[in-house]
Amino acid sequence: MKEILLQIDGRQVKATEGMTLLEAAQSADIFIPTLCHHEKLEPYGGCRLCIVEVEVNGWTKLVVSCVYPVEENIIVRTRSEKVDKIRKMILELLLAHAPDSLQLQAFAKEYGADRDRFEKEASFCIHCGLCVRYCAEVKKKHAVGFVNSGARREISFIPEIAAKECNDCKECFELCPTSYLQAVFVLTEALAFP
Amino acid sequence: MDNDKIDQIINKHQGKASSLIQVLIEIQNQNHWLPKEVLDKVSKKLEVPLTRVMQIATFYKTFSLIPKGRNEVHVCTGSSCHARGSARLLDTVQDLIGIRPGETDSDSKFSLETSNCLGCCNLGPEIIINGKHHARLTPDQAEDVLKNYK
Repeated sequence: MKEILLQIDGRQVKATEGMTLLEAAQSADIFIPTLCHHEKLEPYGGCRLCIVEVEVNGWTKLVVSCVYPVEENIIVRTRSEKVDKIRKMILELLLAHAPDSLQLQAFAKEYGADRDRFEKEASFCIHCGLCVRYCAEVKKKHAVGFVNSGARREISFIPEIAAKECNDCKECFELCPTSYLQAVFVLTEALAFP
Repeated sequence: MDNDKIDQIINKHQGKASSLIQVLIEIQNQNHWLPKEVLDKVSKKLEVPLTRVMQIATFYKTFSLIPKGRNEVHVCTGSSCHARGSARLLDTVQDLIGIRPGETDSDSKFSLETSNCLGCCNLGPEIIINGKHHARLTPDQAEDVLKNYK
C-alpha cells in the first residue's frame, strides 16, 4: 500500500492509498463532525456535515470528507468560515425535522445553529440511512428500508422480517440520531405483530 | 391477476438482480399494478432484498402498489396546455369517468392522472390514453374519445 502525505489543519498526516479524508483525520485524532458515518459501514455521504475545505495547487474546493479519497500533498482545513457556515445551515435544516435530537443540539451549540430558524416540519427522520445500512450491511437482515421519494421519503420496516428478527437484535436503535427509528419500530410492532 | 404471465416474466430474469426495474416494468404493464405477493416473488427469484424492491417500487411513479384501471388516462396540465384550457378538459374528463386524478373507478376501466408537460405543446390541450395522444381536445370531444375504450 502506497503511503500518502497530506496536511490537515496545519499538521502533517500520513495515510495509505484508498483511505478517505475522514479516516485520515480520525487516525490523526482530528475531529470532523459526522451524522451518517459509521466505521462498520461503507461511506455514504448522506448528511454532508463532514464537509471540509481542500486546497490543491492553490485552489480551494469544498468536499465531503467521508467519501473523498486522500491525495498526495493536499491541504485540508476542517474548520473555516465557509465550512462553518455550511455546517450551520445543514444543522438548522435538520433541526427543522428533529429539533430535540441531542446529537444535533450538541453540534448546533458548537456551530451556533438556531433551531428555530426554519419552520418545523417534524418528520424526525434526517435520512442518515444508518439503520437501513446497518441492517443490510452488518446484520444482512434487510428488515428496514427507505420507501417513497423526495420530500415523502421515509424509513419503513418490512413487518414479516421485523417480527422474526428485530426483537432479538435492535442494534440499530442506538445508532439513530433522532430516536425516530424506535418510533417507527413500535408503530410497526403495534400494527403488525402486537 | 394472470399468474402464469407474471411467472414467465420473473423466470426470464431469474437470479439477475440487475433486471429488477425491467421485471417490475413488465409486470406493471401486464398487470397494471404490483400486488404484495408479486413483490415477494420478485424479491425471492431475483435474489434482491424486499426492502430494495419496495424502495424501487415506491420511488418511481411508473409503479403502482394499488390496483389501476385497464385504461390509463393522462391529462396534460403543463403551462401551454393550461393556457389552452386543460383545466376545463380535466373537469369534463373527471365528470365523464367519475373519478379524480390518482383514482381508479370501481369496475377498473379507467385510472386518471394529471401529467406535466409532454413536450408537444402545439397539440394542446391533450390527453393520453394508454400511450396514445389525443390532441387539441375540446371538452365536448372528450366523451367521443373516452367512448372507444372498454
